[in-house]
Amino acid sequence: MATSMTMIQALRSAMDIMLERDNNVVIYGQDVGYFGGVFRCTEGLQAKYGKSRVFDAPISEGGIVGTAVGMAAYGLRPVVEIQFADYFYPASDQIVSEAARLRYRSAGEFTASMTIRMPCGGGIYGGQTHSQSPEALFTHVCGLRTVMPSNPYDAKGLLIAAIENDDPVIFLEPKRLYNGPFDGHHDRPVVPWSTHRMSQVPEGYYTVPLESASVFRSGADLTVITYGTMVFVSEAAAHETGIDAEIIDLRSIWPLDLETIVNSVKKTGRCVVVHEATRTSGFGAELASLVQEHCFYHLEAPIERVTGWDTPYPHAQEWAYFPGPDRVGAAFRRAMEA
Amino acid sequence: MRSKPDQTTTLTLHVPEPTGRPGQETDFSYLYLAKAGTVRRPEIDVAPADTADLSTTLIRVLDDDGNALGPWAPKISDELLRRGMLAMLKTRVFDTRMVIAQRQKKMSFYMQSLGEEAIGSAHALALQEGDMCFPTYRQQSILMARNVPMVELICQLLSNERDPLKGRQLPVLYSVRKAGFFTISGNLATQFVQAVGWAMASAIKGDSKIASGWIGDGSTAESDFNTALTFAHVYRAPVVLNVVNNQWAISTFQSFAGGESTTFAARGVGSGIASLRVDGNDFLAVYAASQWAAERARSNLGPTLIEWVTYRAGPHSTSDDPSRYRPADDWAHYPLGDPIARIKRHLIKLGIWSEQEHEQTQKQLEAEVIAAQKEAERYGTLANGHIPSDASMFEDVYKEMPPHLREQLRQLQS
Repeated sequence: MATSMTMIQALRSAMDIMLERDNNVVIYGQDVGYFGGVFRCTEGLQAKYGKSRVFDAPISEGGIVGTAVGMAAYGLRPVVEIQFADYFYPASDQIVSEAARLRYRSAGEFTASMTIRMPCGGGIYGGQTHSQSPEALFTHVCGLRTVMPSNPYDAKGLLIAAIENDDPVIFLEPKRLYNGPFDGHHDRPVVPWSTHRMSQVPEGYYTVPLESASVFRSGADLTVITYGTMVFVSEAAAHETGIDAEIIDLRSIWPLDLETIVNSVKKTGRCVVVHEATRTSGFGAELASLVQEHCFYHLEAPIERVTGWDTPYPHAQEWAYFPGPDRVGAAFRRAMEA
Repeated sequence: MRSKPDQTTTLTLHVPEPTGRPGQETDFSYLYLAKAGTVRRPEIDVAPADTADLSTTLIRVLDDDGNALGPWAPKISDELLRRGMLAMLKTRVFDTRMVIAQRQKKMSFYMQSLGEEAIGSAHALALQEGDMCFPTYRQQSILMARNVPMVELICQLLSNERDPLKGRQLPVLYSVRKAGFFTISGNLATQFVQAVGWAMASAIKGDSKIASGWIGDGSTAESDFNTALTFAHVYRAPVVLNVVNNQWAISTFQSFAGGESTTFAARGVGSGIASLRVDGNDFLAVYAASQWAAERARSNLGPTLIEWVTYRAGPHSTSDDPSRYRPADDWAHYPLGDPIARIKRHLIKLGIWSEQEHEQTQKQLEAEVIAAQKEAERYGTLANGHIPSDASMFEDVYKEMPPHLREQLRQLQS
């Protein structure tokens, strides 16, 4: 049976189901236990499963991830939360040097089957430390999987798949999409998820496989490769420019579904990469490079990148920074004119 | 003379300095020492705050004549004592032989534990089957106490075709799950937090196993040290947190890790963790303190921090020359002596060991190590190119090899 859920409810449902199905799943992080999380994603879980399964943690990202690595080595399946992606940096050493490499360096003797949830992304007047999109800092690390959903259905299915996966998964949640889809038109009223088709979420267990992209909107003119909030921004840009863009929601950022990308670009001959993160050495560079390698003889135009500027995320200049539908649409036109 | 408050003072930066540099003699009076048998032994359910005195003194059992004194003298069978002696000797003989092999370029790198053999040996013997140690690169004595085959270890050191870690890791960074020896990382202090997490997991599952985390004096300056103490205290994790204070972190004296005018054990008390400061060169004290802490953890009474006071007798690694930063004869002056010499005196006094047996055992161990080395070298060395396959380089990055790695493997092989 499907119910309309927000992304918050869908994520909570995923954790609820996995706590129920697997006794080795434990959930912890700052304010995650009694209070249910600053974004309500874990509300009610401690009351339902007890304090030894769902609990509050000290304000120590390195400690949260480091203890999770130890728990995973024991055989648990921890799902930990970093309150904002902007605050994962103190845990970098445990993520990069430990979680990502545990299986490799021990030749499989010890593994880190764990999920690190992090609310990410801007568009909420979050300023410098509540808006960042650090996915490229994870995709560069061998041994990690990096995942980002764009809607409640995928959020639940991907999170269940991430928790079940035996590799460490960085699960990035665009907080701008927690309560409803957002197409970049900040001057219009916020739309709740209940009005959107992808808020229909099965109540029970299901998965959305990792390494599978979805064709969010099929089109013939150009291919947009994107993820997270930018899926909806790209959809708005397609609508407003009248350009028949095929929008690919990567869902799994790395390792990714190369086949879906290549098939699409070979069909359209044009490619625009869109992400909120800053441009230089952002994940868009890897995407552009992959498209260039695999689709060179099918390309009719240079690959465009629409991204955040190479600056820290500002507060007052939010909408000049955030790559909205106008900037994305302009890139569509350039790609079509080339 | 101190300046009066109304006088202007010129600020100066305090940069610690060891008392002994090359050509000088170290003044070891900075060590907080105590006589064997004089320090009290509390019940295992002692309140952490009530261990404050134990964190600034030194628990010792063996006196200079080899007598076991005081409340910490453990009840320990002759057989276990002999096993301890064997593990310590084996560790030292193994280290000596591997340094030679490194000098002969049979392996790229090695790290001795000379002078620290008692700590891992006695600690491992006080733990139980199934307990997990999270060691640094200088607890090879745990592997010896747990009888891990030397051939297996040497294959790792040689990165050869039988290397259990398939040539991926630097020598010495072993991983031996079956012996309760967690995979060693080059990144310092990370495992101290992981040990706490492992212990929390054991508690979450209602298990009876405990964890043992290891760190050196220098690495206590890493943030993961404080993190581990906080989490261990907050969740009352069944873990023993071992700080091996060997006075040196490569060339930096322990005062650079914050050891001046304080102890590392005192950090534990400040974090609400029962803490002991123990003579790390006293096999009996190490065994007794480890047993005390293990029992405390296993009884759900929480973590214990133990500072093991010892001395890094050898170079930091085969890439290090200590004569450039400390006196060449420093170890000879170190007040707590040599752990093997001290337990030997005790065993001889008990009548369960002799000079002759000591010599024989040492010779026998040397023969064993040489035989193990010969066997290991049959499976190749880094130098002769008999190493794990290049293709195996792509395995175990993920559980299943993703398409991009399959493609890179194809590129390598084409």
